[in-house]
Amino acid sequence: MPRLTIEDLQRIKEKYKAEFTLREGGYRAKVTVHMGTCGIAAGARAVMTALMDEIARTKVEDVIITTSGCAGLCAREPMATVEIIGHPPVKYCDLNGDKIVEIFKEHIMGGNPVEKYALVLGSETTY
Amino acid sequence: MERYRANVMLCAGTGCVASGAMKVKTALQEELKKRGLQEEIKIVLTGCNGYCAQGPVMSVHPDEVFYQALTVEEIPRLVEEHFLKGRPYQKLMFKEPEKKVAIPLMRDIPFFKYQVLRVLRNRGLIDPESLDEYIARDGYQAAAKALTQMTPQEIIEVVKDSGLRGRGGAGFPTGLKWQFCSNVLSDVKYMLCNGDEGDPGAFMDRSVMEADPHAVIEGMIIGAKAIGAHQGYIYVRAEYPLAVKRLQIAIDRCYEAGLLGKNIMDSGFDFDLEIYQGAGAFVCGEETALMRSIEGKRGMPRPRPPFPAHKGLWEKPSVLNNVETLAQVPLIILNGAEWYRSLGTENSPGTKVFALTGAVNNIGLIEVPMGIPLRTIIYDIGGGMKKGRKFKAVQMGGPSGGCIPESLLDLPVTYEDIVKSGAIMGSGGMVVMDDNNCMVSTAKFFLEFTADESCGKCVPCRVGTRILLDILTDICEGRGREGDIEALEDLSQDIISASLCGLGMTAPNPVLTTIRYFRDEYEAHIKDKWCIAGVCRDLCTFFIDEKFCKGCMACQRACPSKAVVGEKKKPHRIIQELCVHCRTCYETCKFKSIKILPAKAREAQPSELIELVGTAQKKQ
Repeated sequence: MPRLTIEDLQRIKEKYKAEFTLREGGYRAKVTVHMGTCGIAAGARAVMTALMDEIARTKVEDVIITTSGCAGLCAREPMATVEIIGHPPVKYCDLNGDKIVEIFKEHIMGGNPVEKYALVLGSETTY
Repeated sequence: MERYRANVMLCAGTGCVASGAMKVKTALQEELKKRGLQEEIKIVLTGCNGYCAQGPVMSVHPDEVFYQALTVEEIPRLVEEHFLKGRPYQKLMFKEPEKKVAIPLMRDIPFFKYQVLRVLRNRGLIDPESLDEYIARDGYQAAAKALTQMTPQEIIEVVKDSGLRGRGGAGFPTGLKWQFCSNVLSDVKYMLCNGDEGDPGAFMDRSVMEADPHAVIEGMIIGAKAIGAHQGYIYVRAEYPLAVKRLQIAIDRCYEAGLLGKNIMDSGFDFDLEIYQGAGAFVCGEETALMRSIEGKRGMPRPRPPFPAHKGLWEKPSVLNNVETLAQVPLIILNGAEWYRSLGTENSPGTKVFALTGAVNNIGLIEVPMGIPLRTIIYDIGGGMKKGRKFKAVQMGGPSGGCIPESLLDLPVTYEDIVKSGAIMGSGGMVVMDDNNCMVSTAKFFLEFTADESCGKCVPCRVGTRILLDILTDICEGRGREGDIEALEDLSQDIISASLCGLGMTAPNPVLTTIRYFRDEYEAHIKDKWCIAGVCRDLCTFFIDEKFCKGCMACQRACPSKAVVGEKKKPHRIIQELCVHCRTCYETCKFKSIKILPAKAREAQPSELIELVGTAQKKQ
């Protein structure tokens, strides 16, 4: 390890920001991928992987992903709920990897819910 | 770097490792791999989480779900439920003792809810073996500020203003200590850390060293700059192998990163740091004895003055601070004295870490603001008494402290208030005792410890503690005489005023406080030969009160010496010749039919017995 300078302290702190957002809370947006048996069978894993890859690629640090059970509408799986703190949550259905990436760009980063994939606006929040 | 969607913070403190945390870690790794989740879920080993009684424990972020009492067998189910399906696994969650309702979130669990974490700010949040993770939580920012933007006097002023007092027990103002040493002119000075935690049942410093070793090192760098020292030692007992290991890793990383050694962070300041392992003598926690020990000599105290600020290690000016004190320093430098004073009281600002143990439901490591009533600690954080028993006393300060009775439960925890009660704050051991504890035996237990650990240099301590112990032993074994209590009190005062160091000066505290608050128990031991708690075997008779006995056979099955006789659904009887006074029947009986009577009840006539049972009824 090279000798650290005072600037390096800040740099290391920045590098770990995403990881500590996860541990300390203080995130801006939370995506819940519904992973009940129905969701997994319909391809929720691919949705999850695509989303995680996109977050890693874009180096976004204030968005966290979590899983939950069946949302109750098994026919429309894979589903995901996007919650941006201070805004009503949005449930998306019939997802795949490309759609979730589009939602990530438009809704999570851009702030505009993607209506064409949305099932409903304003379900219960989980934060 | 890779991104994970969840972090599992698995406690790898000494307590949890002992209860199997490493096996749980392997099982978790294997199961995550099996489910293809190893890229998504990261396992981080942390220092002590504090809730040691329920170990191994872990918390999952970002969900903040807390799991306890983990077993290898439960891991596959936990991984499937929580990480695959996203359903927190109720079976391993915390449940309130009476209600049996699972509480998923860590912040809602009473044990954690009332705590305020400053010293333990990084517990359960970082990997103690990672320098980067410490830096990610503002680590070494305070050292950078102190080394580049502050003069030694400015550092001392901030610490003085904060009102920080030594957490080793005596509560001496830290800023003042630094000032004394800073004022002395010398080209060689030493910055020392006291990690020789020796009180039975106390593990605050060990946990800090294990969970956040860099916080201690950073505090030492700041202190070194303040007093003008360029060499430091951390004195840790060899019985703390994990603390030694993690401190050594932390020191090595610091040298690699230029946070120790020459020209730290290009500030022009040099500081070298080493660990010195002590052999575990209690007296080596005393500052002058500790310094002799580092010099390689026998650890024995010497008279003060000269104080270590003038002549300490190798006769050079030295400052010795406790682990917990040093871990507070970076926060004070970073956030200022006023922020530090926002918690606690005027004369005891900030927070204090305690090792809560004994007869409470939740035992473990806690950090609370100073001034909090003892009652809150015991009934809210501690979750009340185990098995609904009656609170009797709380022992604070270990062998140097004393027992605080129920009448003082609303006492705020500050240096001054605790001293007024006759106990001391001490380094933070807090042992809660219920009505099954005999206070004379408790005093005897601590005197056994101090008499054993007395270094022998001065007569009052070496001979005095031995005589105290002899008198206490006589009382507990039925040889107590009229005048013993007064003799104990007199001798205690002599030992306090004539001993050379803190060990002797505080050793009589357990005796004095138990006499002060539980004099009737001493009198019952001496006059009636009666240990009402049934602990002193020679001073009690176990007797079944037929009025209450349902003949359930429970005590009969439990008795190891087959002393209980009687048929089912008919009152039982104890054959006194066979009874070994082990209390098992007393603990087992659900109907309170077993009474603890004085020794003479063994030969008592029936009429006398009835009278004794009546008296016992009132007392128990």
